[in-house]
Amino acid sequence: MRFREVFRFAFAGLRANKLRSALTTLGILIGVGAVILLVAVGKGSGAQVQANIDKLGTNLLEVSRQAGGFGARASRNTGTQSSVSALTLADAQSLVDPVNAPDVLDEAPVVTASPTATYDGATHQIAQLVGTYPAYLTATNWQIAEGSAITDDDVNQARKVIVIGQTVATDLFGTADPVGQQVMINSVPYTVEGTLQAKGSSGLQDADDFAIAPLTTVQDSLSGFGSLSQIVVQAKSAGATTAAQNEITSILTSRHHLSATASPDFRVLNQQSLLATSSSTTHTFTVLLGAVAAISLLVGGIGITNIMLVTVTERTREIGIRKALGAPRAAILGQFLVEAVMLSLIGGALGVAAGLIGTRFTVAGVKPVIVPASIALAFAVSALIGLFFGSFPANRAAKLHPIQALRHE
Amino acid sequence: MGTQRPVIELTDIRKTYGMDGNAVHALRGVSLTVPTGDYVAIMGASGSGKSTLMNIIGCLDVPTTGRYLLDDVEVEHLSDRQLALVRNRKIGFVFQSFNLLPRTTALDNVELPLVYAGVGTTERRKRARAALELVGLSERMHHKPQELSGGQQQRVAVARALVTAPSLILADEPTGNLDSTSSSDVMALFDRLHRAGRTIVLITHEHDIAEHAERAIRLMDGQIVSDERNGERGWISEQHTVRHGSAR
Repeated sequence: MRFREVFRFAFAGLRANKLRSALTTLGILIGVGAVILLVAVGKGSGAQVQANIDKLGTNLLEVSRQAGGFGARASRNTGTQSSVSALTLADAQSLVDPVNAPDVLDEAPVVTASPTATYDGATHQIAQLVGTYPAYLTATNWQIAEGSAITDDDVNQARKVIVIGQTVATDLFGTADPVGQQVMINSVPYTVEGTLQAKGSSGLQDADDFAIAPLTTVQDSLSGFGSLSQIVVQAKSAGATTAAQNEITSILTSRHHLSATASPDFRVLNQQSLLATSSSTTHTFTVLLGAVAAISLLVGGIGITNIMLVTVTERTREIGIRKALGAPRAAILGQFLVEAVMLSLIGGALGVAAGLIGTRFTVAGVKPVIVPASIALAFAVSALIGLFFGSFPANRAAKLHPIQALRHE
Repeated sequence: MGTQRPVIELTDIRKTYGMDGNAVHALRGVSLTVPTGDYVAIMGASGSGKSTLMNIIGCLDVPTTGRYLLDDVEVEHLSDRQLALVRNRKIGFVFQSFNLLPRTTALDNVELPLVYAGVGTTERRKRARAALELVGLSERMHHKPQELSGGQQQRVAVARALVTAPSLILADEPTGNLDSTSSSDVMALFDRLHRAGRTIVLITHEHDIAEHAERAIRLMDGQIVSDERNGERGWISEQHTVRHGSAR
């Protein structure tokens, strides 16, 4: 008795009931396809979040003001004064300190405004105009598309120059080249020095509705010389962000005379830790999706058991004939087991195909990213499902007594 | 006859179903020797134990006690797997209800025992064709059972029983589902096989079928009550002769 014959009998058995075989296969097809597709969607959404964070700059730390808690107020003991101390230029400069902050590469103080820009009759309200130092561009991963960036000279001399984002450029200048042109920012003329490369929208915000000007210029004409809105800090590497965060916290805590237990009046936002949080979130998401898909695969497997049990009952007489003619138990077991495994493997192969086709489409706004391991796993699991869920009915067939089986009507 | 090697040698075969309390004794000590080339009809009413005897002779079942030598092989203690092997090599079955595989051509049906015997494709095909030719169905070897008449189906079954060249052809009511014309076709086939030297055991309750055999064994309540050779006095049955109003 050769394996080829077992295979031939199994195939004939499947062909005898094409519709039933096809429907059983469908259960596995859906299961395997769902595993591949849903894991790819989970992976894709993770990659999307990662890409968004990469755009913001992975070495980036943002220090911003925050209303201090009760501890902060008590420790400062200033009574009627506002509990929120300003972030000052001196604060920003104190962060570049090779001794106390060895992990900080550079800093850029930030003031923001949302002025109206006008050029040749076209008007555009810039969602965010940032007044800062040149270091800001590298820290936040902005690239210059045309022209040049702002320079230290521009900052020192408070030159009225501006670098604009793509949305601002398109709204004001259309297809014309904005570099070297004069725009009115809240009625003050600025020269456009350059344009920024597009970052695209992240979520609801348009990242390109944006402009950068020297800190001093913006303070002069727009925001005044009060507190900074933010200090942007670039760590030496993506791995050094946590250390840099701790250094910044300790420097600012001592500068603002806060006790160790008081809640601080500033907040350090670490993009790297944001990334870690979000990637663990998407990981959970992927596992959940995979689990849902795995359940459907399990249901498909139970479908195989069910159908094989029906098949064995229906073909009891055939089993009896085969046994009377000298088929050993192993041959019967093999025949029905191969039938079950063929069902699940055909379902698995079609499921892989369906999954691969499915991942070519955008699913719920996410571009799925195929995980090769999920394909291998889903396919292997489908084969195992055939073996596992087929073994019970196949064993039942093999154990049938030939006399009883022959009497079966 | 005694000089020939026996194919079947049963010694005090007993078969009991059920537990001590309500045990059913299907066979109560059957001893029987069938020499090579014999043509035996086993007769008996339903409940006489003839089906049980046929299952034991056919190695589909094992006796509770007693000794069974089939072709010099002691089969009463064989395992399931070994019994399957013995059935495959030594016995050709012909059933009342034909028992061909549905949706499978005559040729494939005849090949089936050879598949389990591990015979290669070419050899298998050759032998199956020869067997179908022998039963006169070479024209219809690619037909499926549902496309054949009852008589033709039974002839395919006979070809399947022959194809492994078994020591014994065991036919259980082979004409039970056939009309008289097909019956005589099939019985003519058995007669031919007998003349060619095959050992045949027929299980039947029909006298005119049993008359084809050389020897008739009558079972009643699990015991052999008569064992007669063709031509001997009282061959087959007095009552039968009386009922039909004509002597052989």
